[in-house]
Amino acid sequence: MMVPILKQGHVLIATIMAALSDEDMRQFREALLDRVVSSRATAVIIDVMAMDVLDSFATRTLREIAYMTRLRGAKTVLVGVQPEVAMTMVQLGLHLEGVATALDLEEGLVYLDRLNRRR
Amino acid sequence: MQQASRHTLPIDAAIELRRELVAHLRENRTALREEWVRRITEAQLLRAMTNQEIFNEATSVYDNYVEALDTDTLEALQAYARSLSERIIPRGVETDEVVGIVLLLRDVLARSLFGKYQNNPNKLNRVLDAYEPAANRIANTVAVGFVQERERVISQQQEAIRELSTPVLQVRERLLILPIIGIMDPHRARQLTEQLLRGIRTNRARVVVIDITGVAAMDAAVANHLVQTVEASRLLGADVIVTGLSPEIAQTLVNIGVDLGKMKTMGDLQGGIEVAEQSLGYKVVPITQTEAVV
Repeated sequence: MMVPILKQGHVLIATIMAALSDEDMRQFREALLDRVVSSRATAVIIDVMAMDVLDSFATRTLREIAYMTRLRGAKTVLVGVQPEVAMTMVQLGLHLEGVATALDLEEGLVYLDRLNRRR
Repeated sequence: MQQASRHTLPIDAAIELRRELVAHLRENRTALREEWVRRITEAQLLRAMTNQEIFNEATSVYDNYVEALDTDTLEALQAYARSLSERIIPRGVETDEVVGIVLLLRDVLARSLFGKYQNNPNKLNRVLDAYEPAANRIANTVAVGFVQERERVISQQQEAIRELSTPVLQVRERLLILPIIGIMDPHRARQLTEQLLRGIRTNRARVVVIDITGVAAMDAAVANHLVQTVEASRLLGADVIVTGLSPEIAQTLVNIGVDLGKMKTMGDLQGGIEVAEQSLGYKVVPITQTEAVV
């Protein structure tokens, strides 16, 4: 399962289309981190709208991606977390501290826009 | 019915007996029905209904009852019991009344069988063997149907009350408020979170103010739920501001060691809304001032 990573200006947009295996998740992390530098992106949006489960491994990986992209010079926004997924995550005690979140792709872009203007 | 009679009668004979029984009940429909209604009134059951209504319902119960005896199937009776319950529950009919009237009908019919076969005790025995198990099953079906319908109504109402008690309101574009009033239990807390998350998505909210002025006390479990609500909302991209914490609740939150860095709080609802408006880029200005600028 490949995760497409699109470039839109200075933003990379990765849409996770379906549940990913742990191996897919790792590959996605590598690919994204490579692209961040090679495409000189300043921000990354990861859309998880199609995921109906975010387990502990996926959550940890997403958190790691956010921290690592920051170290490589880009801000990460996680968008499209479903209400049921959010409920389950907090019940399981899974956190995404330090990762910016937004309702959906549109809101994510608005958020980055505001962030840029503030700079 | 066959099963119950097997050890006493061959199946054919049981069916024959049942037919005779049903014929007897059909023949004496009017008299037995009237006798039954008389007994219902005498026992002061179904007082919420008029005599005419009782008589009408009694007639259809009677016919369905005999039908169930005749065909030895309970489906039609079940459906009828449900629709009957739907009609009489809003009238305030109680469970004991429904069980009471069905048992009365059983008594009335049994009495009439005694009368008919009193000179032939042997036959009476066999008729009762055929009648009793079926009658018990019918009584059971009606009572269970009533109770199930009642439970369905109750759970529906509970749901409605809960939904009403936690409205998610939009006060400005992208700004929701959630006033919580009354007692918070884990069930309500969970439902409230679900409703809020749905509200965030449909209204595309970016800030939510949860006002708990109306909540007097909160235990550790519910406080944790509140923290979870805040976290879950954040996962959907909405900031939460909690307002109106009473001293007791503040105490609870400190005792359970809530990380206050995760939770924005303001003293009252007004303060919360002001902060929310600020973060959304609104500024409320008195009209006179704007006019002065213009």
